[in-house]
Amino acid sequence: MRIPILKLHNYLLVSIQIDLDDQTAIDFQEDLLHNIHKSGATGVVIDLTSVDMIDSFIAKVLGDVVSMSDLMGAKVVLTGIQPAVAITLIDLGIHMQNVATALDLEQGLIKLHQELGE
Amino acid sequence: MITSSSVRIKKEWDIVGARQMGRKLAKDLGFGTIDQARIATAISELARNIYLYAEEGKVEYEIIEEMNKKGLRIVASDKGPGIEDLSKVMEDGYSTSGGLGAGLPGVKRLMDFFDIISDPGKGTTISTIKWVR
Repeated sequence: MRIPILKLHNYLLVSIQIDLDDQTAIDFQEDLLHNIHKSGATGVVIDLTSVDMIDSFIAKVLGDVVSMSDLMGAKVVLTGIQPAVAITLIDLGIHMQNVATALDLEQGLIKLHQELGE
Repeated sequence: MITSSSVRIKKEWDIVGARQMGRKLAKDLGFGTIDQARIATAISELARNIYLYAEEGKVEYEIIEEMNKKGLRIVASDKGPGIEDLSKVMEDGYSTSGGLGAGLPGVKRLMDFFDIISDPGKGTTISTIKWVR
């Protein structure tokens, strides 16, 4: 299963709408980095509105993809994290402090726009 | 209503199957969305441990009732290598797999009851309970 990655001007948009298994999460990590490389995107929004649970593995994959994208010069914003997901992540002891977040896709795009000054 | 069931953990995809089953049971039992997420996440961590360290095992679900309260018991068991140092795996941030090390201490915080029995060389059984509030 592959997660679709859409291009919008200088940004890439991803909406995760499936229950992520480990392999799909790892494939997504690679696909996103290849897409950044290919498109020259400067910003990425990963929307998690439809994701109803994030365990420690998926949190690690997401945190890593943010760091990896950063190394390549693309800024990632995670958006739409549900209340239940935020609560369980903190219960698990996962704080994802170095990750930029926003309430929804719209706010995520505004955030990228502000930070990248484009 | 079925009061007990189980999912075998053998393939990576079984981790998803196990947590979806747990979420469905939790929802049917009347858990709110936040506790459903807690239960699904705890199962995901337990099932992944089985897959990573023991290769094979099972997650069992049982609906329990006690003194006017209902709960879901989740038991994850395997016949894998077992855990040498139990106190170490219960420390936050300890990991031998390169993960976040949130696994078992995280599961303990997500659930209301947590018990672990492990025999090195024989296997591990982790019992947890979440009560409906």
